[in-house]
Amino acid sequence: MIRLDNVSKSYKTGHGTREILKNNNITIEKHERIGILGRNGAGKSTLIRLISGAERPTTGQITREMTVSWPLAFGGAFQSSLTGLDNLRFICRIYGVPIEPRIPFVEEFTELGRYLREPVRTYSSGMRARLSFALSMVVEFDCFLIDEIVAVGDARFHEKCHIELFEKRADRAMIIVSHDSYYIRAHCHRAGVLHDGTVHMFDTVDGAFEFYDETRSKQG
Amino acid sequence: MGRIFNAVCRRARTRLLICMTDNSSSDALKRAFLVEKRVINALLLREVMTRYGRHNIGFLWLFVEPMIFTLGIVTLWSLFKANHGTEIPIAAFALTGYSSILLWRNMPGRCIHAIEPNMSLLYHRNVKVMDIYISRILLEFLGASMSFFVLSIIFIMVGLIQPPEDLAKVALGWIMLVWFGSSLALFVGTLSESSELVEKFWHPASYLIFPLSGAAFIVDILPAAAQPYVLLLPMVNGVELLRDGYFGSIMHAHYDVGYMATCCLVLTLLGVAQLRRIGREVIPE
Repeated sequence: MIRLDNVSKSYKTGHGTREILKNNNITIEKHERIGILGRNGAGKSTLIRLISGAERPTTGQITREMTVSWPLAFGGAFQSSLTGLDNLRFICRIYGVPIEPRIPFVEEFTELGRYLREPVRTYSSGMRARLSFALSMVVEFDCFLIDEIVAVGDARFHEKCHIELFEKRADRAMIIVSHDSYYIRAHCHRAGVLHDGTVHMFDTVDGAFEFYDETRSKQG
Repeated sequence: MGRIFNAVCRRARTRLLICMTDNSSSDALKRAFLVEKRVINALLLREVMTRYGRHNIGFLWLFVEPMIFTLGIVTLWSLFKANHGTEIPIAAFALTGYSSILLWRNMPGRCIHAIEPNMSLLYHRNVKVMDIYISRILLEFLGASMSFFVLSIIFIMVGLIQPPEDLAKVALGWIMLVWFGSSLALFVGTLSESSELVEKFWHPASYLIFPLSGAAFIVDILPAAAQPYVLLLPMVNGVELLRDGYFGSIMHAHYDVGYMATCCLVLTLLGVAQLRRIGREVIPE
């Protein structure tokens, strides 16, 4: 279980303090897949970072009783002057996972061939996306945080991601953040809408979408 | 296939969860220590790989580079018979002096703006801002210490210098210099995250302090009136102590370990306070 109690987050900017998240209360149970809808800049990624533990809330508390992944499908996790393999080693070392047994999976999933031994800076964006996703699958977590996964890659890549996440890891909890309604509908048990800094949770995905459409039309 | 996979994963996660929910505090501490060790180790190796790569001698550059520097200084000073006004063998004088510089100058140098290139790593919950500083400081410590140690052995073996007279003093001097370099690095490094000016000032400051740092003179040859002022610089005390241990019988060393320790302690506390501040503020990209 992951529980957010009254979680708020504000940032200091050049023009005073801005509160991005206000009094959020969310509970995610084991095996549960929830979606978070929200417009660009609503604070979805901030919320994900807080849940992942990369940042701490300004006030409030986050309790994690299961292991939580870092935000998936974000390309920045690696050092571009290092090779794909070195980046794999780094991830494995940080999480205390044996390195050698994971190499075949990464080789197979990324289809990078010899490029796995070349610096990441020589990769195309598609290659980076494949490496990034493969590295995220190297460590087993109870809960995966997925931030706009559909933004990159071709159909084949999407299909492989789908198999890894929703078939092989169908029993895990997931928090999926997206503005892609199809993706949330297809994969989530319930969903919430991040509006004015607060997540409004709904028991059904449809309920969330109704509210989402309402808030959108209100703000034009 | 999928079912086997799931079963394996479930077992692995159960084990993880057992570890996580075990509340015994000594175990928690041990676990935190293990995670810390793992992260520092990963960061160290990563830093070595990014800086030196796998080409030619690879990670050996870590101490070959400072060794070349020190050797160059030793050679230069020997050629010009640098005037330090005593009978101290120039090789031992330059070795102790320049090695100390490596500590207090390179450690802060590596820690200024250390967070930005490592920003994305902060996405991994276990990686803290502190770990980035620790790994960089540790790497500089290893490089400078290996260089000092290896050059000492080589110089002693070829008869260029005499073995240290008092190893304990040499060790204490080195440790004090390491503490000073580390605490200064932490303070200057964390401060540089709050203000751009720190970097601008650090470079000229480190050059200006160089001639005053005790690397190129011993305190005893200075006018008596100037000595207390020079000894206000913490590293001067450290170099004097180091030299007292190396060849104390042919020089009169001036130092105050208590004073130096106080300075280091204050710097450490300031650094940790500033670290806590930026730890809250740094936003992973």
